[in-house]
Amino acid sequence: MAGLFPALRRMRAIMVKEFTQLRRDKTTFAMIILIPVIQLLLFGYAINTDPKHLPTALLVRDHSVFSRSIVSALEESDYFKIIGSVRSRAQGELLLRQDAVQFVVTIPEHFGRDLVRGHRPELLIEADATDPVAIGSALEAVQGAAAGALGHDLTGPLAHLRATPSPVDVRVHRLYNPEGFTRYNIVPGLIAVILTMTGVMMTALAMTRERERGTMETLLAMPVHPLEVMAGKILPYVLIGYIQSFFIIFVAELLFNVPVLGSLWLLSASLVAFIACNLALGFTLSASAENQTQAIQMSIMVILPAILLSGFLFPFRGMPEWAQIVGSALPTTYFIRIARGILLKGNGLVEIWPNLWPLFVFMVVITLVSMKRYRRTLD
Amino acid sequence: MTAELAIDVSGLTKIYGGRAVVEGIDLQVPRGKIYGFVGANGSGKTTTIRMLCGLIKPDRGGGTCLGHDLLTESATIKAHLGYMTQKFSYWDDLSIRENLAFVADIFGLDRAKERVDTALERLGLTARAEQLVGTLSGGWRQRLALSAATLHEPEMLLLDEPTSGVDPKSRLEFWDEIHHLAADGITVLVSTHYMDETARCHEIIFMSEGHIITSGTAANVVAHAGLMTWAVTGGDLVALMEKLKPLSGVDTVAAFGDNLHVSGTDGAALENAIAPYKAEKIHQWREIPPTMEDVFIHYMAKTKGDG
Repeated sequence: MAGLFPALRRMRAIMVKEFTQLRRDKTTFAMIILIPVIQLLLFGYAINTDPKHLPTALLVRDHSVFSRSIVSALEESDYFKIIGSVRSRAQGELLLRQDAVQFVVTIPEHFGRDLVRGHRPELLIEADATDPVAIGSALEAVQGAAAGALGHDLTGPLAHLRATPSPVDVRVHRLYNPEGFTRYNIVPGLIAVILTMTGVMMTALAMTRERERGTMETLLAMPVHPLEVMAGKILPYVLIGYIQSFFIIFVAELLFNVPVLGSLWLLSASLVAFIACNLALGFTLSASAENQTQAIQMSIMVILPAILLSGFLFPFRGMPEWAQIVGSALPTTYFIRIARGILLKGNGLVEIWPNLWPLFVFMVVITLVSMKRYRRTLD
Repeated sequence: MTAELAIDVSGLTKIYGGRAVVEGIDLQVPRGKIYGFVGANGSGKTTTIRMLCGLIKPDRGGGTCLGHDLLTESATIKAHLGYMTQKFSYWDDLSIRENLAFVADIFGLDRAKERVDTALERLGLTARAEQLVGTLSGGWRQRLALSAATLHEPEMLLLDEPTSGVDPKSRLEFWDEIHHLAADGITVLVSTHYMDETARCHEIIFMSEGHIITSGTAANVVAHAGLMTWAVTGGDLVALMEKLKPLSGVDTVAAFGDNLHVSGTDGAALENAIAPYKAEKIHQWREIPPTMEDVFIHYMAKTKGDG
């Protein structure tokens, strides 16, 4: 019994010491506070598997009152946001491939006439189904919206057309992933996320390790340019990144039959920019990290948003605007779109360009920042 | 005649967080000499060495190192300089040979394999060349570090406390090696905590709180301090130390085993102060020539008093 009180006291002393150290360790402290806050905000607000206001293009070939009713019904359903009209199927398809729209709605010629004659005209909806979760609810809403809208117009002698089956034949084309396999969507995203995780963390660690062991000083005292050190440090990881990517693609094709429609050469070329972004980011973090533990903590701060806000786990368009803005500041977001485009849609350079140039901008900016930070390493 | 001086700098100043950690360093070191940096921890020795080898840029001041401008030609200087950091800093997870080969590649040395083999032979490590550096003992690591720092035949060596944590025998061998290198014409700038090592330098530079306090040969530095020192033995020395410390005329009191060294710059005042204790005849008092250690303690106490 006599030993109990001193033991408690010693325990308390250790607790106080831990808290004091924790309070002074800004990075850990930030992690403890920020991670729950970020997670809470993300899961509470940002992540929405029932995305609305999805960008939609119209191809209207019939200018009857019924066409106008259908269009306004789609808009009123809240799932569709009409962002413009196209003049041809090809133009609509390009928008789908570029990720500019989620849907192209086509109202064919003689839609009004056929409707009045009771021929059940087609209403064609082409959907980008690479992310099946993103379009599910919207497509469910279409049928009801169309029938409801026309209900108001079909009065008097046309009232008999309101009867079931629906006066309109809604045809849905799920493009790029007709069976709606979630794994099709996950695999290209996985390449992006794994490259982000390993790339950022490995470079951050590689540099901090030199500092922690004191070998950085030896390196800096030798006649070697910062750019040479950076290139020498980064290149092995570029190679590792390539091996990882092609391993994932190979396994995905073998085990899950994930299609590889586009050119792997084009994917390789985009990989250069993306891997360089991540490695330069890791390099930048390492300049601020004092030791390897901090380097890991900082890497997690980068990796977490890259997983949650890039459109990898949850539909990008389902996130509120602020989360989309944060997501748009991450190279991962752009690479996911490129990888999905090339693998699932068979995209070429023209189609991936809107997402490729931001990657190059990131690469140049992050590299410049990391060079600047590295120069001041010892000072 | 700048080329005759390996180092010729003036006014070197480095400021961290608004505080000058090194201020107004003027230094001329002729080629082929061994200069020793002496001073307490945090006196600015490492910062000065880092400025000289181009690791950090001075905020004020400048000059030349090996005839090249410190501010604009640091890449050229680095190519002709060997630097040994305070903490052993080669790669633990590379073998001895891999470390040396890496250094040879960075410096772009010709006949790299031959040089590495020669270095291994001189070290006596040929048989263990493939061993990982992390498994070496302290003495061996230090010899490897020196070997790696001299692999590219530098004109000057900057050694930051190279012998700290090394056993006396290795220390002795290390200094013999330093003298061999100096005889070959290499300039050596070495910082140390060991007072006995100051005798092995051609000249020493005494630093305290970022300033050079005094410099010259070891004998000159001791003489220049103008110190008078008494050694006391016998009786309760700890009690005596506490009594002597507050007296005016007594600048420093320091215990050396069974000896107490009592020093002061004003000989008459010192004798007045200790006279009553001498008269007690409990202790044996003997005037001795001050050692470098006494001078070191004296300067440390003095700067603290001024601060």
